[in-house]
Amino acid sequence: MSALPGLYNYWIVIFLMMTGLFIVISRRNLIKKMVGLSIFQTSVFLLYISMGKITGGTAPIVAGPDAVYSNALPHVLILTAIVVGIATTALGMAIIVRIHEAYGTIEEDEILSQDLQQ
Amino acid sequence: MRQQLILRIAAKLFIPFILLFALYVQFHGDYGPGGGFQAGVIFAAAFVLYTLIWGVDEAKRVVSPNLLQVLAALGVLIYAGTGIAGIFLGGTFLDYGVLQHDPVHGQHLGILLVELGVGITVAAVMTSAFLCFAGRKRS
Amino acid sequence: MVELVDMVLLGFMAVVAVLVARLRNLFGVVLISGFFSLLSASMFVVLDAVDVAFTEAAVGAGVATVIMLGTLLLTTSEEKKASGSSLGALLVVLVTGAILVYGTLDMPHYGDPDAPIHHHVAPRYTHDSPEEIGVPNIVTSVLASYRGYDTLGETTVIFTAGLGIVLLIGSSFRSRGGRDGDR
Repeated sequence: MSALPGLYNYWIVIFLMMTGLFIVISRRNLIKKMVGLSIFQTSVFLLYISMGKITGGTAPIVAGPDAVYSNALPHVLILTAIVVGIATTALGMAIIVRIHEAYGTIEEDEILSQDLQQ
Repeated sequence: MRQQLILRIAAKLFIPFILLFALYVQFHGDYGPGGGFQAGVIFAAAFVLYTLIWGVDEAKRVVSPNLLQVLAALGVLIYAGTGIAGIFLGGTFLDYGVLQHDPVHGQHLGILLVELGVGITVAAVMTSAFLCFAGRKRS
Repeated sequence: MVELVDMVLLGFMAVVAVLVARLRNLFGVVLISGFFSLLSASMFVVLDAVDVAFTEAAVGAGVATVIMLGTLLLTTSEEKKASGSSLGALLVVLVTGAILVYGTLDMPHYGDPDAPIHHHVAPRYTHDSPEEIGVPNIVTSVLASYRGYDTLGETTVIFTAGLGIVLLIGSSFRSRGGRDGDR
């Protein structure tokens, strides 16, 4: 299978994405879900940066007349994405703290059952 | 009590260097890896270290919450203000070329101001987020 | 040699991700997710993305871990034992993963310089940035000048998140005496 060395990166990244997605949809603890979401986000970043790499290239900082630079555009997009990801994670954690103060628990099924009882 | 003393002395040695490194990363973002976001986070890390060792009340005396809220907004204002300044000087929104006599110097000045705004906002937001989490009493 | 580092790092990350799924002690989960961010920062360095590695190490392994630990202190620190099977979730995840792998089969190989991503806007940024902007770091010139409008939006997003956090749990932060909770 000649595709294996060329596509190994992408397949491992897809495995990481699916692990993160599994944590989000199958675990009931809210903090665990947020950690799974951040694993999912990080593996998507890896996918984008892997696509921009050129074999034998270097970091996109000007160094000499005929150097080969890896593609700078995914780096810019992912820089923005990382910072937006931490902003939403921090806000999600603040909401989890308020949920714990209102319901006494951060397990999703207990929260739903308390809501249904009211 | 002796462990507190060692921690305090070590932190007093570290914190100035962390702040200096944050300033270095901020202003050398043009020449190497770095820029506003990284510098803002490292700046906030120095205040996190201070809070961990001296407590939230001491940290709120060093950097008052009102100042942090003003700084967070000031960074966005500096960024948008650079864009509006481009309009007043004859160009389009966020056109840095008209900020100086020469387009390349204008780009340098524009990038410097913009990264400064980003760094100020990120530092203020990360510090105030940490102080909110650390200062809240467990219910 | 670089390919070996690449494969080993990605293998470590896969093991760490499975560990996060299986651990029930949330303190361990948060620390291991900090380690995951550090591994991904190393991976970014291998992929020549030095600015991204810097940001991921500072933000992911730094700020995110600190804020998650703060949340743990204010809530619980152990996940409840899972009741019921997660077979449905596993099935969904396997099907999605299979579809994604099928989608990668006609992607250009990793590191290919003729990939379509290198042919449209990116060469213009790489060739014209030294003359038009004169800043050695191409990522900074694209972030702050060519795509400056997006960075303005991103700064506004961070500001809004900070605003939201202070409004939600910042009652002791805003007051002088340190009341807890707010009704």
